Amino acid sequence: MASSLPPNDAGAPLIVAQGVRKHYGNIRAVDGVDLDIRSGELFGLIGHNGAGKSTLFKMMLGLTPTTAGDIRIDGALVTGRDFRAVRRTVGYLPENVVLYDNLTGLETLWFFARLKGVSPAEAGPTLERVGLAHAAKRRVREYSKGMRQRLGFAQALLGKPRILFLDEPTTGLDPEAIRSFYATLRQLRSEGVTTVITSHILAEIQERVDRIAIMAAGKVQARGTVQDLREQVDLPLWFSVRVSKEDFEAVRAALSHLQVEAIEAHDDHVKVRCRREAKMAVIEALARLDGRVRDLTVREPSLEDVFFGFSD
Amino acid sequence: MEIAQIATIASKEFWDRIRNRWVLAVALVFTAFALVIAYFGAAQQGAVGFRSIDLTIASLVSLVIYLIPLIALVLGFDAIVGERERGSLDLLLSMPITRLELLLGKYFGLAAALAFSTIAGFGLVAIVLSAKLDLNALYHYFGFMLSSVLLGCAFLSLAVMLSVFAADRTRASGLAIATWFFFVLVFDLLLLGALVVTGGQWGGEIFPYLLLANPADVFRILNIFSLDDVRTLYGLATVFPRALADPWLLGLVMLAWIVVPLGIASWRFRK
Repeated sequence: MASSLPPNDAGAPLIVAQGVRKHYGNIRAVDGVDLDIRSGELFGLIGHNGAGKSTLFKMMLGLTPTTAGDIRIDGALVTGRDFRAVRRTVGYLPENVVLYDNLTGLETLWFFARLKGVSPAEAGPTLERVGLAHAAKRRVREYSKGMRQRLGFAQALLGKPRILFLDEPTTGLDPEAIRSFYATLRQLRSEGVTTVITSHILAEIQERVDRIAIMAAGKVQARGTVQDLREQVDLPLWFSVRVSKEDFEAVRAALSHLQVEAIEAHDDHVKVRCRREAKMAVIEALARLDGRVRDLTVREPSLEDVFFGFSD
Repeated sequence: MEIAQIATIASKEFWDRIRNRWVLAVALVFTAFALVIAYFGAAQQGAVGFRSIDLTIASLVSLVIYLIPLIALVLGFDAIVGERERGSLDLLLSMPITRLELLLGKYFGLAAALAFSTIAGFGLVAIVLSAKLDLNALYHYFGFMLSSVLLGCAFLSLAVMLSVFAADRTRASGLAIATWFFFVLVFDLLLLGALVVTGGQWGGEIFPYLLLANPADVFRILNIFSLDDVRTLYGLATVFPRALADPWLLGLVMLAWIVVPLGIASWRFRK
């Protein structure tokens, strides 16, 4: 049972993958991954379809054996003798979760509670936590996609797991539900729960995770905080400078002695691309054009840019 | 192995079949057929009404030998492949459960549903006929019900094995139908053909053993041999040695037909 295991030290490695490979014939789905996910962190795993993240996910859960290397949760091999103890500490929400149409929401949670060795009395409060208390006695057949997703999440929360593996958990949720989903994750994080999450919606994940790992071609191409990765990949910044058309040349002249990579003229603004090191110099030069610059926005590279910077 | 995990899966499978009225429908089919056979089985000879338990069982055996394998195969063919194709298998396997426990839970749950509907369906007929049956007749009828359950369990085991091997539900259903054709329709014809072609020279001695390689034939022998009226009618006695017709031995063979496919399924499922 989860409660019989001692709580981890905050920040200590909890999930450790070492030299993990998964080969299907000549296809190297996962090709030598080392990863350590710390206790209590919200960890994002991102990558294109076929990058190997789902395979890695399944190996972390012990659903698929590794070709080489091993994965340990709290020191125990996920496929080893202790697999039952490991699984009782883990909650899993698969991508496009499929539940049983003929059961009600409450019956679904009773079924999974019994399999996890958890009291069925947990089902009610867990449904409440994901905002499905009103639909507890309705058949899953009548649930919307978003409700099914929330029921899948509720199933993962049964037994108060210490680790959550969530594969594309916000698919099918409306913006309001996505917000409350991440609020629940933050609350779980404050309770010490470690969460590993995958998402295609990088903008959604970037403000909400502690660290991410970017996977491409079966390898982890980069890992760290979003800021770390932005710096590692050293992508340029974009300035958008609102000026009237007749001042375009003045902007160009003001920036001519600086290390600016590109200047593009648009209808009512100029776009300027430069390296991070030149950022302050560009701002100072634009400030000297007093009055003529009506507005200025700076666009930092997004996780999307970082992602493509690593995976291309 | 944790029995509680097997029981959780099994009870879900069983209650699913109760709730969607599968058990009720199959039980009613059995009841209806058994009553019709008991009362109108001799209509072709111009007689109507209950004759003897021996003849009733003999007629029921010919019916059940087609029906139960088909029902069992249809019941079990998507046990595993269905979960895999719908996408619910990964979630189940992420629970603290082994693949063997999941497989056995599925099997026992479905077997319980099949056994329950068989016993309820034919049992109801026994109650209706109880005034006309003596203890000996009841004993034979009980033997028939038990062997029907075993027959169902054997074909269910084959179905679950197919559902582990098949890549998708369509293929699994095709394999299930092919299995039914082979064991129920083709197998005996092939054996007879081989006997006739070789003029009885080949296979005369191993013929009885070959019959054991088909659970439907084992079921037939189990029932026919216990009925004196019928044995001579079938002419089976001439080819089948009495020693092999021991019900305990045949019961063991049936058990092997349950255990071996499940064992193969479990081996494959772990791969």
